[in-house]
Amino acid sequence: MRIRDWTVQFSVLLLFGIGAYAAELRAPDHVKAGTTFTITSSGSGGGTFYLFGPASAVKRKVDSGSEIAVQSEEVEHAGRYTAVLCGSECTATHFYVQAADPERLSFLVHPSRVPVDDPNAMSAVALVFDQFHNLIQQPQSVTFSIIPKSGSAVTEERRSDQGIAWVRLSSGRREGPTKIAASVGKNDEEIRIVQQIASDACNLRMRPEWVSNKFFVETDPVRDCSGNNVPDGTVVSFTMTDSNGKTTVDVPIKKGIAKVEMPISGSARITVASGVVTGNELNVAGR
Amino acid sequence: MKYLISIGLGCLTVLLVGLAWLQSGGIARTQMRNAQHPEEALRMMLSNVQAHNWDAAYARLANASEVDKRAFMRDFEGSDGSLLTYSNLESFDVWGLHATDEEATLRCRIRYSTALGPIDDVRDIKAQKDANAWKIVWPTKKLPSLPPQVIPVNYLRWDVINRGAQEDWGVENVDSPAVRIISMNAVQRPDRVVILGEIVNEDSVPAYVNVGATLLAPDGQEMAQESSFDEISHTLLPKQVSPYRIDFPNMRLEKIKSVRMDAKAMLVPASADPVIAVNNQRIDKDPLGRKVLHGELVDQSGEIVNIPHVIAAYYDNTGKVIWVSDGYVDQALLPQVPVAFAVDVPDDIASKVQSYHVVVNYFNNTSNT
Repeated sequence: MRIRDWTVQFSVLLLFGIGAYAAELRAPDHVKAGTTFTITSSGSGGGTFYLFGPASAVKRKVDSGSEIAVQSEEVEHAGRYTAVLCGSECTATHFYVQAADPERLSFLVHPSRVPVDDPNAMSAVALVFDQFHNLIQQPQSVTFSIIPKSGSAVTEERRSDQGIAWVRLSSGRREGPTKIAASVGKNDEEIRIVQQIASDACNLRMRPEWVSNKFFVETDPVRDCSGNNVPDGTVVSFTMTDSNGKTTVDVPIKKGIAKVEMPISGSARITVASGVVTGNELNVAGR
Repeated sequence: MKYLISIGLGCLTVLLVGLAWLQSGGIARTQMRNAQHPEEALRMMLSNVQAHNWDAAYARLANASEVDKRAFMRDFEGSDGSLLTYSNLESFDVWGLHATDEEATLRCRIRYSTALGPIDDVRDIKAQKDANAWKIVWPTKKLPSLPPQVIPVNYLRWDVINRGAQEDWGVENVDSPAVRIISMNAVQRPDRVVILGEIVNEDSVPAYVNVGATLLAPDGQEMAQESSFDEISHTLLPKQVSPYRIDFPNMRLEKIKSVRMDAKAMLVPASADPVIAVNNQRIDKDPLGRKVLHGELVDQSGEIVNIPHVIAAYYDNTGKVIWVSDGYVDQALLPQVPVAFAVDVPDDIASKVQSYHVVVNYFNNTSNT
């Protein structure tokens, strides 16, 4: 409401005063956000000073012909500002406030889960901001790091372009959580966690087992081609075909293996699969 | 005048009671009370069951001494939170298969209206003449009971912590599961177009999935949009495959230019149990001569499954999915106890089926879990 009132007042003043321009305002061309500076004015007598920015407006009484001090909190937002001084007449000037030094990052990492040994599977994007949340469009050096659960971190530097720096990363060969970090200047790192997960099962094998006249089928520890354990809960499908028809059981892996009891009569053929991966085949005879 | 109103109200009450009696099948019951035929005896018994007149129905049994009354009631009313516990006997058909002077074999089709739609139960029942009246020999079904034991379960469960309300949107969160439609086929049936296929959860976390389809006309306009509703197993564990089926009633395939598929997946908390085995699957004919895929479900875990739901995908000799059918099982699955199931397969499809894949979905009362 106040800004609108001032805008109306400013427009009226411009209409009546701009033609009788006499005083002069001189501001620096570029100012860093959040810094105190002065605007030089000419003329004499009292007047009203207005400062309009992208997200703020200021009004106060000043003496014409003196240095007008602009406080740091009045120029926290980057962008174009207009300063107006009105006495008997009005005069105006423009200047730009640029973002301050890099202070924080907005850091996005995608995806949150990634299969192991997948080239360029992750993207990390950092947006560089100053302490006042202004996007810093000047190129900045951003450091990206991958910090595995075990082993040393790998870092890579990227220059930001229009406030954004990004990098594509390949997943490692070991499963588990990996920290992806980004930092700018000497500020603290922003860290995201990416879960590296085992790929599809590789060399899926099962073996039969009789326990107290009950027939069980059990897989060997289910691993991917890099030797990582396929996560518990992954479904392994057993299919048995015998004289009674077909029997199927979808069993989640628990503690690294999938195990199921199957009723068997006569001879039977058993197959195993997990997703689109198939395993070995068993031909067994009932007891 | 005072008496006139009282008499009027009394007559109205008698009339309403009479109407209610007629509505509940009273005439049929009265007519059958003196029936001298086996079909009528079975109709009368089922009519009493329909009216929840259990004493009268039970009195119609020739083998009442062998049948526990509570077990007899359980046959119609269900137990353990099964689908029959949420149902009503809606109607029945009875016809004779074979009869002599003393004994007869009957077939009945009992239709229940349930919370999940109508279900049919076809049974062959024997009747025998007892003095001057026909009575029903109700099949005794001895439920296998497990000895008391502890079944060890390595409980595997996923819980999800999502982004908090105070955190920036998009900065940090867990991704939705990666799912993929691995096959899709459009089939013309006499009264509808059916879109069917299979979907797989390729991720390492459980997914709540739904498949939608939009039919597009030759000019690119949307003709209709539907989703798989309950003809899919919504909760998929990692690497699990589910058939899906989407029906478009009153549509013709030749009027459709293309189909736009949409698979949606959400990250949800889930449990890896119970494990349900599908034993002895076989395509055969049911007592009514229809082609069905039947088999047995066995709950290999220690918890009761209230309402099992069977979904089957059928493949031709090229491995293409040519049909998907589903059906609810009216009995609850008790641990280790086999329960029979059957799902329809259209005759014209059955002749082309080379193999099939059955998945079991289930609904449980929250008090169980």
